Amino acid sequence: MNILVLMRMVPDVVEELEIAPDGKGLDTEYLRMIVNESDDHALEQALILKERRGGKVTVLALDAPDVDDVLFSAVAKGADRVLKIEGGDGGLTTRAAAGVFAKVIDSQSDLKSVDVVLTGVQAIDDLDALVAPILSRRLGLPYLGIVTKVTLDESGKAVTAVREFSAGVRGEFEVPLPAVLGIQAAEKPPRYVPVAKVRAAMKSHKIESVGAPTTADAGLPLIEVMRMRKPEVSSHAQMLDGAPEEISKKLAGIFTERGLL
Amino acid sequence: MHDPATAEYLGLPGYAILWLCTLISFFLFGRRVFRYVQTLRAARNEPRWDHIPKRLKLFIIDVLGQRKLLREKVIGIAHFLIFWAFVFFAASFFWNLVKGLFPVLPIPYADDVGVMAGVLLVSGILGLAALVVAAIRRYLFPPEGLEKSGDATLILSLIAMVLISSLIGQWAKPNAPSVTLAMWWVHMIVVLGFLAYLPYSKHLHLLASPFGVLFGTLQSGGIPPPSEGASFRDDFTWRQLFSGLACAECGRCERACPAFQSGEPLSPKVLMHHFKELVRTPVLVRDGDGVIGNQIQQEEIWACRTCLACMDQCPVSNEHIPIVVEMRRYLVSQGSVDTHLQTTLVNLTRYSNSFGASPRARAKWTQSLDFKPKDARKEAVEYLWFVGDYASFDPRLQPVAQATARVFRDAGLDFGILYDGENNSGSDVRRVGEEGLFEMLREKNKQSFGKATYQRMVTTDPHSFQALKNEYGNKNGHVLHYTQLVDELFENGKLSARRSLGVSATYHDPCYLGRYNGVYDAPRRVLKRLGVNLVEMPRNRADSYCCGAGGGRIWMEDIPCSKERPAESRVREAASLPGVGTLVVSCPKDLVMFQDALKTTGLEEKLVVKDLMELVEQACQPNKE
Amino acid sequence: MSGKIWVVAEQWRGKLSEITFESLALGREVADGLGVPLQAVLLGHNVKNLAGALGLADSVIYIDHPALAEPDAGSQADALAQLVRQHKPHALLVPLTNVSLGIGTLLAEQVGAPVVNFCKDLRVVDGRLEADCVLYGGKIEATVTAKGDPAVIGLSPGSRPPDKGRSEKKPPVEEVAVTLPDQPVIKLKAYLEPDAGDVDITQQDVLVAVGRGIQSKENLALAEELAGALGGALCGSRPVIDQGWLPLSRQVGKSGVSVKPRLYLALGISGAPEHIEGMKDAPLIVAVNSDPQAPIFNVAHYGIVADAMDMIPTLKETVQALRG
Repeated sequence: MNILVLMRMVPDVVEELEIAPDGKGLDTEYLRMIVNESDDHALEQALILKERRGGKVTVLALDAPDVDDVLFSAVAKGADRVLKIEGGDGGLTTRAAAGVFAKVIDSQSDLKSVDVVLTGVQAIDDLDALVAPILSRRLGLPYLGIVTKVTLDESGKAVTAVREFSAGVRGEFEVPLPAVLGIQAAEKPPRYVPVAKVRAAMKSHKIESVGAPTTADAGLPLIEVMRMRKPEVSSHAQMLDGAPEEISKKLAGIFTERGLL
Repeated sequence: MHDPATAEYLGLPGYAILWLCTLISFFLFGRRVFRYVQTLRAARNEPRWDHIPKRLKLFIIDVLGQRKLLREKVIGIAHFLIFWAFVFFAASFFWNLVKGLFPVLPIPYADDVGVMAGVLLVSGILGLAALVVAAIRRYLFPPEGLEKSGDATLILSLIAMVLISSLIGQWAKPNAPSVTLAMWWVHMIVVLGFLAYLPYSKHLHLLASPFGVLFGTLQSGGIPPPSEGASFRDDFTWRQLFSGLACAECGRCERACPAFQSGEPLSPKVLMHHFKELVRTPVLVRDGDGVIGNQIQQEEIWACRTCLACMDQCPVSNEHIPIVVEMRRYLVSQGSVDTHLQTTLVNLTRYSNSFGASPRARAKWTQSLDFKPKDARKEAVEYLWFVGDYASFDPRLQPVAQATARVFRDAGLDFGILYDGENNSGSDVRRVGEEGLFEMLREKNKQSFGKATYQRMVTTDPHSFQALKNEYGNKNGHVLHYTQLVDELFENGKLSARRSLGVSATYHDPCYLGRYNGVYDAPRRVLKRLGVNLVEMPRNRADSYCCGAGGGRIWMEDIPCSKERPAESRVREAASLPGVGTLVVSCPKDLVMFQDALKTTGLEEKLVVKDLMELVEQACQPNKE
Repeated sequence: MSGKIWVVAEQWRGKLSEITFESLALGREVADGLGVPLQAVLLGHNVKNLAGALGLADSVIYIDHPALAEPDAGSQADALAQLVRQHKPHALLVPLTNVSLGIGTLLAEQVGAPVVNFCKDLRVVDGRLEADCVLYGGKIEATVTAKGDPAVIGLSPGSRPPDKGRSEKKPPVEEVAVTLPDQPVIKLKAYLEPDAGDVDITQQDVLVAVGRGIQSKENLALAEELAGALGGALCGSRPVIDQGWLPLSRQVGKSGVSVKPRLYLALGISGAPEHIEGMKDAPLIVAVNSDPQAPIFNVAHYGIVADAMDMIPTLKETVQALRG
């Protein structure tokens, strides 16, 4: 099975996020980027598929701070080829990023001819689009999102994918290949790869470079961020203090008041 | 005595029979030993022929002097006597054998030499008495974990037979020389038989253990040489495999092991047993399966706290912890780590701390101080204080870090910290088997150290202490644990107690400060200066019982344990001391583990846990006017 | 301008979702603010009966097609695209829920429209729509406007109380035809129901919810006892279900159920947006978490900074003592 995984970096929220002086974006001084969590799951699902039915896993990512680490980790985990799209504008919105991915895939026959494209179902900065649906339309492929399990059918021409609804209900779908899948979670949590293996991958592999498309998306439907801020917390719980016994008594009192006990 | 070599039996001269028996015995013995040697040679090499004088010294103390066995007085003395009886009787045996095989040699038999006979007599009687004591212990009052095997009975009987036959022979000499002659043959046949049987039995340890001690580890960090881990036999080092051969299955390691004692699936003794079987199995290693998942399960490997109690107790210098770490390295290389541990390792790789917090938040604990500690990256300092993850990020330990800063300041110490230039020392990372991550953290730390100008390093965390002192290439005496520094400060008057605390307390020796680095006295001297009445727990100093957090276990999911958790056992031990209301610790993980244990055991009213530094501040801080 | 405001209704397995009503409530405010009609768009197969509940809108456009019988983002977006080209609305409110995810973006790409996701509030300012959007897992808020018609607003749950979107009025319903293949390209083979489980957590008066802070499966037993003592049941956030400590039927949140018990006791739950979505309307929320900054405290009525495992035994004893 020939699988293409699209990966993006997003702001790491472990760091305190600060607003830029113009009030319209994030301050980049202490900003660190981390791989989009569901893209990591997409990679894991791709590797699981490769382990089961053989094939090749190619990872395509946009250039961003610390993306090299992510790509070398992917190699250490078992990806066959890793490519980085360089030379474009930094700080692309999701819509623009999806457009760049689509153009690059369209322009490379080996990427275009994959059986399935996996990427995370969404990311924390997907303000103006989701990547998978955009790819689906641009490449003319069917799309299924919120996927948590993918199995290649016997025929090799379709996959059975499980997708989440709500209330714990899931649906089993037959998806003809090629297709674009938005992965919510891989069947198993992303595997651990030891630092030594990543370092070895850095020595043994090269990240292939792909030029960003020169023609920007003409007339891209735009949104405008007028201002960004840290949310004011409109309400906050009344905090109860004391030793567990005291707190328990207070709570019991509240419950009794409400007729719960 | 008549000459047994020339006496005639069934038409054959004695020496012919002796030759026959000797050849059979040596053949059987040699064949087995040769195979063991072959197996060991096929394994990974590990040079253990360095520092010969040091090794010989250890040999004298631990083998000839039986030091570790003497920690338990009764069996220690008994074993000492049996050992020396064995040595003398073995010497006498070989002497007799040579003379018996080559009757033409102009030397007497050993028993015929007065001095030798006297030594044999004395050691024989003492040895027999010791055997009786050992038998009583083994069959009537066996300690936990003592393997009661048929082998043991057999060997005790054989040794007894050897001693008895010799003594009877000696006794019969003047009156019944034919008895003496008969006893001589009994003695020789039994020993030759024993020799042939030895490499097939647990008493291979007789042969192997002196070599175990001679080729033991000289640095007790418990870390094996660089490798990608091991699960197949040949991927272990010969010294690791050898531990299996040298093991006498005495159970001392098991009795000391916090994992085993809490009912978890790990037994260091059983681990050694598997390795013994591994060496004895004539299987081509690559065609077979690795031990992990077969003889040894993952839960066993992850249960180890690396507390060093097993290796400290082991009389034959077995290397349980390097074996565990080798297997952990293998599991890590396969990505077989539990979710909690994986999250922690990812956090360490990305944020250089095990809490998953932003590295920029490392020094936030300093904000509530009324002064700003020097940034050692920018100003030269005398002491570089390596704070450690727990003291920096855990809200229960930040007060201890703050107390430490105040005490240092009040003592006029010129110190600084690295702020966000500090990374986890990697000590536990290494013990979890992620050697690549350890190297990365060490590199980062060394870069930070390179930017700073300082004379010595001090750390509040014993795990960091072990790494910085022994695994970073720092010079001897360059790195201190805070208890050592505080001891020095009291010694040269920079710190003095303004008030005596006047409490009764007990002190828990942290594994990585005590067993790993021999620092037992400095904290005790400090406690004395504070006016604390120290009451020792039964398991103190090198016998200290691990709190259960080490070896990266604090980063892993809880394992179901059927008996009490190590920390619970320890706080109960402390709480049982009359008049003691405080358990003093000097390791941040101990504080956290024991505080939790006090809650789960319901002992919060009885005992309180305090870091030594808190007591130092209490006693030394200036009066609040 | 004359473009209408459209609310794309979400119906699944014969029922209209709560977000449809939240969306109607918000859409009504915005349509009135702009002085334009509010229309509800209902897609499905043989669900015309549901249109009657959408009376807060001025009218309902109903599309019936076999390909729309089960959720399929591709078919739904295709149908909407055809409608949009025909009717040219000013803005569409499309739910950002598991059932409807992807429709908005597919539609927007097809008709060349801007998308504004994670919207939790919408206003009219100087005749323009301004959206407040929640980004980076709740850490940042952005006020955003769209440049171009129609604006596809991806609406997050919780923007308005659903009751505000309900109305007794029966709206006029216009059935419109669209051209779609008979069957979606992606076929639903079967629904996988969560194991029935003995307990329906949506029917409980009291729920004790456990999160990562419960630390181990063994501790669950204690939490279960507490739930029993309070006369309720145990439920959990996603990490606990993912670990296999509780079955899917006990999951509260985006992929689980929404609950509204009289008491929701959250133990060791940090309060990720996906979980909050499922329980924020409970009338009494008490949260225990060792992190004072945990987002759960923003939605709880009472908060306790402590280790969940410290509180459970004492609370259980206190409650049991009171019950006698």
